[in-house]
Amino acid sequence: MSRDQATRADVCALAIAECFRDDGEIMVSAMGTSPSLGARLAKSTFEPDLLMTDGFNLLLRRALPLGTAPSDQDVEGWMPFGAVFDTLWWGRRHVMMGASQIDRFGNQNIACIGRWEQPKAQLLGVRGAPGNTINHVTSYWVPNHNVRALVAKVDMVSGVGYDRAAALGPKTSRFHEIRRVVSNLGVFDFNTPDQRMRVVSLHPGVELQQVIDNTGFELVVPDGLDTTPVPTPEQVRILRELDPQGYAQKEVVE
Amino acid sequence: MDKRMTVDEAVAEVADGMTIGIGGWGSRRKPMAFVRALVRKGVKDLTVVSYGGPDIGILCATGQLKKAVYGFVSLDSIPLEPHFRKARQNGALEAVELDEGMFLLGLRAAAQRLPFLPTRAGLGSDVLKINPHLRTVKSPYEDGEELVAVPALNVDVAFIHMNRADASGNGQALGRDPYFDNLFCMAAKKAYMSCEKIVSTDELVSGGPLQSLLINRMMVSGVVEAPGGAHFTECLPDYPRDEKLQREYAATAKDDNAWNAFRAKYLDVTEADYQNAVSP
Repeated sequence: MSRDQATRADVCALAIAECFRDDGEIMVSAMGTSPSLGARLAKSTFEPDLLMTDGFNLLLRRALPLGTAPSDQDVEGWMPFGAVFDTLWWGRRHVMMGASQIDRFGNQNIACIGRWEQPKAQLLGVRGAPGNTINHVTSYWVPNHNVRALVAKVDMVSGVGYDRAAALGPKTSRFHEIRRVVSNLGVFDFNTPDQRMRVVSLHPGVELQQVIDNTGFELVVPDGLDTTPVPTPEQVRILRELDPQGYAQKEVVE
Repeated sequence: MDKRMTVDEAVAEVADGMTIGIGGWGSRRKPMAFVRALVRKGVKDLTVVSYGGPDIGILCATGQLKKAVYGFVSLDSIPLEPHFRKARQNGALEAVELDEGMFLLGLRAAAQRLPFLPTRAGLGSDVLKINPHLRTVKSPYEDGEELVAVPALNVDVAFIHMNRADASGNGQALGRDPYFDNLFCMAAKKAYMSCEKIVSTDELVSGGPLQSLLINRMMVSGVVEAPGGAHFTECLPDYPRDEKLQREYAATAKDDNAWNAFRAKYLDVTEADYQNAVSP
């Protein structure tokens, strides 16, 4: 395949970047390879005002290639963990996390598989997911869309979904928003009357049946499904600059 | 007051069943010399309150840990602490798993001598289900909002590691993130600080910006000079994480013989012998 040709990983990166469109001057925390690449694409192109860190405590004025350490000239500010918590409680943040499991309402699990008391598999634990989801916008990235990841019921609710948020009432849930889920097969959101997950678009070459077969619950499928946009040659060029080692290409299976 | 002492003298304060606060974050600036001293001392039935890393993992592996209170337990470059994973999957550990921000509020509440601090974090999630001791509180103001009341994380003894300190207990963090070591000290009845180097107060003050002086002497009861005292975790700018030794440590979670060998070589030895064993 030509290096100039857009791959599935590139389509995913652009779909991830689109999650941050119109976010403006807020902090984006993108966990994992493809989210990092997508957020950097957004900042490099249509969302230049986004604030992003080096993954540690430096705010960077430009999007660096994955794996590149910042120089002093790249730094614009300081964001130690104390400031991260203040920012997330302030709400000026959009996080994209992974999801070991996610259900039809966007409840996410990264904590464990099986009973929490003695898990079959201890995963990361809830980390910051409960606080993130109730305080500011959250999106999810699922690199392997299958029935073990998109499940009828998650083993433990780490990130709060729409049914749980609704049960808290409008006052408590007023900052809750699961904007989008991007997987290696398509793009999904919750813009339905009962806030169940809906197919927004399928990546080029993906059939609807393939998505249905790999999802453990019934998806809302609107008429006239879109195809996820393919990056333009200029966007592909930027993606190659931002990921010279091709980390994202290894993460996404076609 | 000259508060200099040895790691073993500091750890003498710890008795079976106590609650210990451990500073640092994941596998970053962890007071590992104190953790190693706790292993040598052999105290049991400990509760550890920590943004956890190999501190929790090692005490799981030695069987000294009864209960862990954490926002996460990670080695950073290895996202999940393998000895902690093993203990959880064996059901060998009592756990209080909190959202990372809730954990911070619990520390702050303890430092401020409050019973709790309120937050939105946790609402709607299973954190409230797995922690039935957590309560909510209704705002007494017009908004009437219901919030989680994160209980204070009070600890008996706290241990932290700094880059520099003076003999009276002023401490300096020269890395780019101070973490929450000051709060750990204030949440504790007694706190002990190790450091890479004890210097004069003049040298301390001139050795970095004033805002690097995170710890003042009110906060600590003892100061220990422990070069390499955070090893194998990172202690920037003095040294990065020893990824090789961390990988070796992580691999021992899958092999009891390897763990026994690791323990014999790196834990059942004096701090000086540890430092000799790991020096390049």
